[in-house]
Amino acid sequence: MSRSNSLVSTDWVAENLSNPNVVFVEVDEDTTLYDKGHIQGAIKFHWRDDLQDGLIRDVISKEKFEALLSKSGISNDTTVILYGGNNNWFAAYAYWYFKLYGHQDVRLIDGGRKLWEIQARDLTEEVPTPIATRYVAQERDQSIRAFRDEVIAAIGVKNIVDVRSPAEFSGELAAPAHLPQEAGQIKGHVPTAKNIPWSKAANEDGTFKSNDELSDLYQGAGVDFTQETIAYCRIGERSAFSWFVLSELLDLQNVKNYDGSWTEYGSLVGVPVAIGA
Amino acid sequence: MRTCGATPGGPDLSGVDLSKQTVIQGAVLRAGIADGVPNGAPVGNAYVRLLDAQGEFTAEVPTNVDGQFRFFAAPGSWTIVVLAAGAREEVKVEAIQGTPVELVIELH
Repeated sequence: MSRSNSLVSTDWVAENLSNPNVVFVEVDEDTTLYDKGHIQGAIKFHWRDDLQDGLIRDVISKEKFEALLSKSGISNDTTVILYGGNNNWFAAYAYWYFKLYGHQDVRLIDGGRKLWEIQARDLTEEVPTPIATRYVAQERDQSIRAFRDEVIAAIGVKNIVDVRSPAEFSGELAAPAHLPQEAGQIKGHVPTAKNIPWSKAANEDGTFKSNDELSDLYQGAGVDFTQETIAYCRIGERSAFSWFVLSELLDLQNVKNYDGSWTEYGSLVGVPVAIGA
Repeated sequence: MRTCGATPGGPDLSGVDLSKQTVIQGAVLRAGIADGVPNGAPVGNAYVRLLDAQGEFTAEVPTNVDGQFRFFAAPGSWTIVVLAAGAREEVKVEAIQGTPVELVIELH
């Protein structure tokens, strides 16, 4: 992957609104924003309702993913353009998800919904009616997904990147500051993890920083690009954003998203935890 | 909810346990006078960013249709940055537990 085949600009979007091989998908935790206005032709995915199993804590099955994409009018050769609010967190999570199930051509809108709105571009309330397809997904690519035992084994061995805010990393806050601070898990971080907040990879308008800036950011914080890297956050969506930066923009090999993240790790009995900056 | 003649500010706090939460909230308005209210129209599509005392990004929320936003922070110094089409405003605040910080941010 590289910047050119994993990211599109808002200008590109404006020029491709009627491109028949492109499906735009707005992905978020709050899809009421979509209902109030979205990019012309875009469909919506709800992060929880569409992309979480619902019974067990896991991604949806291959069959459910195929059904979701088929009813959404997405074929195996469709160019899928994802975007959302929250600086593309959930769109990046969906991107990771599309790669998990082997979709070839999927990209993010650089700057996401925020830049589109700041640029005062058109939004519509019109909901498209997709023509159903018969989407065939690949088996899950577990090389981009880390599980808890692998994270514990990586302490002091591999790069572990905690992409939450400094206050969450240190143990001061249990969740991002726009959410109530009540949670079952304890506070802190995985020992030896480097705290490189996802937000440092983004400009104020939501676009990604340049590859040179991104390399300096991670290497400057002590990430060894020749080693394997595991990224985590609280629920796996901000770390999907940082996974996207490392794996897709910087084209690094062996980068995994730990989607169990702190809500899982911080609930495990007996695992090592560190607090403080 | 904001009603005509009411003091503009953040969303309704009923249901929020203020003894446990450190709330920073408010409303983003266009500068000027709207509907006879001495503040402008609510800006319902602004993005509000919360930066910590070191200027590090902590959180971001879009405003609701009434231009309102809310953060659950920790006690201390924070900076609020508002981004909207053609506008950017920055406000520094001190947050304490128990008493919400209520802001009215006008975009010029």
